[in-house]
Amino acid sequence: MDNLQIYLLLSSLLFSLGIYAVISRQNAVAILMGIELMLNSANINFIAFNRFTSNLNHLDGHVFSIFIIVLAAAEAAVALAIIINLFKNIGTVNVNEASELKG
Amino acid sequence: MDFNIILALSFLYIPIGLFVYQLFFGHILKHNTWYVSIVGIGINLAVALNFFYRVFLNQPDDLIVSGRFNWLTTGNFNLDLGISIDNMGAITLLVVSLVSCLVHLYSSEYMRGDSRFSRYYAFLGLFTFSMNGIVLADSITMIYIFWELVGLSSYLIIGFWFEKKSAAMASKKAFLVNRVGDIGMFIGIMMIYYVGDTHSFNLSDIIEKVKSTEIDSTYLTIAGILLFMGAVGKSAQLPLHIWLPDAMEGPTPASAMIHAATMVAAGVYMTLRIFPILTFEALTAIAFIGASTALFAAIIAITQNDIKKVLAYSTVSQLGYMVLAIGVGSYLAAFFHLVTHAMFKACLFLASGSVIHSMHDSLHKLHDHDTDPQDMRNMGGIKNKMPITYYAMLITTLAIAGVPFFSGFVSKDAILAGALAYYFEHGGITIFLPIAGFGAAAITAFYMFRLIILTFHGKPKNDKIYENLHESPSFMTIPLIILSALSFAVFFTGSVNPLSDGSHGWFAKAIGNGHNYVIEVESHDSHHGNSHNDYEGNHSEETHHHEKTYSSHNVSHDKTEHSNYHFTEHVSHAAHAAHYTAMYLSLLVAGLGILLSFTVYYFKKLNADKIYSFFNIFRLYDLSKNKFYIDEIYSNIIYKPFMFWSVISSKIDWDYYDQKFIDSIGKLTIFASDKSGKVDYDWLDQKVVDGFGNFANYMSLKMKKLQGGVVQTYILGGLVTLIIIILIIQQI
Repeated sequence: MDNLQIYLLLSSLLFSLGIYAVISRQNAVAILMGIELMLNSANINFIAFNRFTSNLNHLDGHVFSIFIIVLAAAEAAVALAIIINLFKNIGTVNVNEASELKG
Repeated sequence: MDFNIILALSFLYIPIGLFVYQLFFGHILKHNTWYVSIVGIGINLAVALNFFYRVFLNQPDDLIVSGRFNWLTTGNFNLDLGISIDNMGAITLLVVSLVSCLVHLYSSEYMRGDSRFSRYYAFLGLFTFSMNGIVLADSITMIYIFWELVGLSSYLIIGFWFEKKSAAMASKKAFLVNRVGDIGMFIGIMMIYYVGDTHSFNLSDIIEKVKSTEIDSTYLTIAGILLFMGAVGKSAQLPLHIWLPDAMEGPTPASAMIHAATMVAAGVYMTLRIFPILTFEALTAIAFIGASTALFAAIIAITQNDIKKVLAYSTVSQLGYMVLAIGVGSYLAAFFHLVTHAMFKACLFLASGSVIHSMHDSLHKLHDHDTDPQDMRNMGGIKNKMPITYYAMLITTLAIAGVPFFSGFVSKDAILAGALAYYFEHGGITIFLPIAGFGAAAITAFYMFRLIILTFHGKPKNDKIYENLHESPSFMTIPLIILSALSFAVFFTGSVNPLSDGSHGWFAKAIGNGHNYVIEVESHDSHHGNSHNDYEGNHSEETHHHEKTYSSHNVSHDKTEHSNYHFTEHVSHAAHAAHYTAMYLSLLVAGLGILLSFTVYYFKKLNADKIYSFFNIFRLYDLSKNKFYIDEIYSNIIYKPFMFWSVISSKIDWDYYDQKFIDSIGKLTIFASDKSGKVDYDWLDQKVVDGFGNFANYMSLKMKKLQGGVVQTYILGGLVTLIIIILIIQQI
């Protein structure tokens, strides 16, 4: 269990699930969750590559991951705020309903 | 700038300023606008008197004023403009200014009430400007420029009453006939430019060059005759004299100035200016032209009934005299006659204008519009009504007829003496010159007294007209008095016979000393034997036949000897002998003419009609009456064939070339453009260009559906595309 492919498989699985959620779900919260999944799959990639392909003394991948986690937290906060406002304005979180700008 | 040059230039800028003023602002002062003009011309007259005074005091012929500047340069071609006044120029300036000033004064009454009064004064200003330009010019090109300008002002003045068809026609005729001469003159100028590589139009340069270089005499003769052609046109010599009698359609005072005293004399003046470059052959041709003109015009003048026509032909005849004098080499006599003629002929014209003015008023009062106010047959006996006019005209008639103590006698006598001396020297065919001269003198005396007697003596032809006649106002009579006074010989010479003795007469002194030379074709081996110079004037000390090279003109002696041309100054004994013969002969012929005139018209001893019918056996009377049919001949030989060919050409041009050929090209073009327009619109525009538009429209309708507005569809599309790109990259 100590090779790179296993981690890459896991991360691509997570990414695929995330993208599937983003494409198929109508619920804004579910879409946001899909995005979080994709971000985390990227984190796994960073850690795995750092672990298997470079000097162990270097922690570049880890640093990236921590940054992404911080970003993801901020993003989630902003996105949830938008979703709450959306719900307040149109009474639903279904993204297809939010079509006022469509010509 | 030299103050003298500024003074001299005033002869140009004052009249042209008056022209502009009268043309644009003349209407402001109404009738009083003429005061502006006369003040301007009066200043000119004062300056001219100043110049003349210097000539009078300081007899040697040196330039009073001279100055020139470079006008334009192209490559190595230079055109200078400049002025120079020598004694001859100063005297001519005085004549022009005096006549111009008097005519300005006279016209204020003569033209009173004319609807284009200010324009008349504008034209007078323009004329004075151009005439002064000719006199001042120091180069032949500048003469030519002003030459054309006097032609223009003459055209404007003749056609001043252009509502009259005859006046409009006469102005066109004058202009076109003058063109014929001017073309010759222009070619002459071009030829002179290349004489001996002078490459200068300056008169003194050309004369210097001609004197100091060997030049083909045939070339110089042709150039000289061509230059003289300009004078033939302007001075109304045969065969281009036909415009001058018609020019009498213009206002009479302007006729007096332009067509009697100054402009027509410009031709003579120009020929005098180029005199030193004229060859013997050219001068011979000039002499014959002048002599035949003098005789010919005098014969026509006998039978004319229009008072102005008589004077017009008389002018042509007197100009012929001047040209004859130039031709026989009597430089001084020609210029002398120019000056005296300007005085008495201007006076004659102004006096006839005074008569016409009075007749016109009288006819106007009678509401008679059919009687011709200029026809002498309607006059008669008006001496008592118009005494001042009568005496002025009588004095000037005596002058022109050549009666002693009047100016015309001395000047005409000098010319006749020259012609006679010329015959004595050369013999043969040249006997025509004195015969024509004396014949014309006799005829002149005859027709001038015929004019006086028919107009002023005898019984009035129509009492009603006679009753209404009146003497002209003083502004019209003052010029008559001044000019007739100047027709006395004492103003020009202390002696009756001024040219025989250098000690008498300021005129001979001022003019005679400078230019008495003619280019001789000296024959080392050619057949032109003796020289022909016959300056009878003022060579009291140089009584011997001698040749004088002009060493003062820096011609080396060596050069002169080898040159074909050199300049001789002859005093021939023949001229002196001829002088007294000429004087007695001219007295005789003038007396005969006057006597005959009195017999026929005053005492009526001879019936004029019978004499006419006697001459008419040979159709002589008809010939003279109809001016030798010259106009008809020109009409038939030149005008009608020209018009005929013009009509034919215009028919070919319009009916065939224009209507058929040019128009068919147009029609073809319309047809072709119709077709190509169809192709352009139906195919290119409708199909191809619109096709692109339609295709874009169709495609965008299809593509529009992709823009669903659902973000997830876009993401899916992006994902699929990414996968495809990755697959493609892997394949590569």
